[in-house]
Amino acid sequence: MTDTILDIRDLSLSFGRLRALDGVSLQVQAGETLALLGHNGAGKSTLFKAVLGFLAPEAGSIAIAGHAPGTDAARIAINYLPEVVAFPRSLTGREVLTYFSGLRSAPKTGIADLLERVGLSDAADRAVGTYSKGMRQRLGLAQALIGAPRLLLLDEPTSGLDPVSRHEFYAVIAEAAARGSAVLLSSHGLEEIQTRTDRVAILARGALRAVGTLEDLARQAALPTTIRVTARPGEADQLQTEFGGRRINGCRLEIDCAADAKLALLARIGTRSNVLQDIDVAVPGLDDIYRHHSNQPDEEASA
Amino acid sequence: MSTRIGTVFTQELRLARRNLWVALATVVLALFALALAFFAAGQGAALDADVLSLTSASLATLSVYLIPLIALLMSYDSFAGEIERGALALTFATPVRRWEVFVAKFLAQCAAVGLSIVLAYSIAGLAVLPLFGAGPEGIAAWLRLIGSSVALGAVFVAVGLMLSAFSGRTARAAALAIGTWLVLVVLYDLALLGGIMAAGEGPFASHVFPWLVIANPADAFRLYNLASLDTAPVAGIDGLARTLPFPPVAALGALALWLGAMVGLGIFRTKRIVP
Ligand SMILES: Nc1ncnc2c1ncn2[C@@H]1O[C@H](COP(=O)(O)OP(=O)(O)OP(=O)(O)O)[C@@H](O)[C@H]1O
Ligand SMILES: [Mg+2]
Repeated sequence: MTDTILDIRDLSLSFGRLRALDGVSLQVQAGETLALLGHNGAGKSTLFKAVLGFLAPEAGSIAIAGHAPGTDAARIAINYLPEVVAFPRSLTGREVLTYFSGLRSAPKTGIADLLERVGLSDAADRAVGTYSKGMRQRLGLAQALIGAPRLLLLDEPTSGLDPVSRHEFYAVIAEAAARGSAVLLSSHGLEEIQTRTDRVAILARGALRAVGTLEDLARQAALPTTIRVTARPGEADQLQTEFGGRRINGCRLEIDCAADAKLALLARIGTRSNVLQDIDVAVPGLDDIYRHHSNQPDEEASA
Repeated sequence: MSTRIGTVFTQELRLARRNLWVALATVVLALFALALAFFAAGQGAALDADVLSLTSASLATLSVYLIPLIALLMSYDSFAGEIERGALALTFATPVRRWEVFVAKFLAQCAAVGLSIVLAYSIAGLAVLPLFGAGPEGIAAWLRLIGSSVALGAVFVAVGLMLSAFSGRTARAAALAIGTWLVLVVLYDLALLGGIMAAGEGPFASHVFPWLVIANPADAFRLYNLASLDTAPVAGIDGLARTLPFPPVAALGALALWLGAMVGLGIFRTKRIVP
């Protein structure tokens, strides 16, 4: 029996005639990290605001550790990092954390540790107005870690961060998950998330297109591996009749094959090494998997 | 509950101090109060009247303009600015209740405005006291002025916060605040003056008019201060102070009603903000 912290069922929400969320169902367990992926305007922030109780759903239900959004118990359970946040410029980092610790009735003794965890100890007593974007983002994360959150909602926590900071961010988030927090974070693409989350949910135009582990998504997408062959001058035609594929130019050929047929095909091509100049294998990347899932139904619609 | 209110209160007060609001308001009010006090001192010496009483009267008339302006300027951006910057979403996501946020902001800004008023008027009062002396009546008038000024400041802080919660955008909140100041402090008086000129003596002047005067917090404040003075001017709307159908303290009741209504409306609206 797992401990479901966030339970969203058939959630729909509209702004006037715009359907921002359409029948979204999603569960996040304690200790699990789920990444919500989607293009700009997909509805990620709207979903977070519904979970926070800022926006009322039009249909469906949300439960946070069994409580309705916006109730005292739900607000106690959730810690949130919005996508844009500007702390008052004249306050210091420490004062900002003191404020949120006070609102969450958390002891002030934890503040130094939080600052340490996000690497802001040295800047703690400087005005937030002097912080870089990355430092403000770290302060936002520190604020979201106050107390022992049961559900962490992080809206694009790493957008605009350099790769090293991003790595550190995910390490801090992983620590929180290891202590038992359920984490729901949003992002723009799989490239950014890589394998740092347990599961991935892909949202496009308000509807969930896929939910699962990265392996699940890759398997469902069943994207072909592409083998690019460069033939010696004059040999390309012959290779194409033999192996099929698309001609790119006078001497290059692209052959698609299923992932499990790759080795056999490569072996066959290898027997013709006398007419080959080069072979290059392109395995589908994270971006291709993401694009496959987020675009699929749109292509049907526009066809 | 009290820790959360205390937390928001502390941060708001800190911000008001860092933004130099308290210092600025204190300096402006103190300069005006000192100028009026020494002007009244010149007059008082000639009239053989109490300097503090005279100063209270002229300061009451000036405070009607300045204090609402200061209170509105301090409060109009409080919710609107935080909504625009995304800061309110963070606060509302924590266990703090929305009414607690409103009340804490209100108390902090009242404290800031009140502190400025008490400091500025005390400085002015203490400056003239050793030079010209004061009778018990003058001191009472001065204390009444300080107390009712703080109450007036509180009413307009509540008005500003309420407008801020309603508008949700800084620019709109600023326009609403200035518009409210113009209407309540300037235009309302002009309309009343026009009304009494047109109606002349009669039931309007004696029965309706006084109530219309204390229906406006700014006028209620002025009426309270002037009606309590013996040496008060007797011209214009202020002349009304002589023929009131109710005791001057009723004007304080009007301020309290305004305060309650504005805080209530503000909390009602704050609960509906989508940050
Ligand atoms: N308050 C609002 N009023 C009207 N429409 C809104 C409002 N908030 C969001 N929308 C619309 O809802 C859709 C989803 O917006 P949302 O902010 O959830 O997207 P998002 O996935 O967070 O995008 P991004 O990656 O750019 O942050 C968009 O089309 C947006 O224009
Ligand atoms: Mg967003």
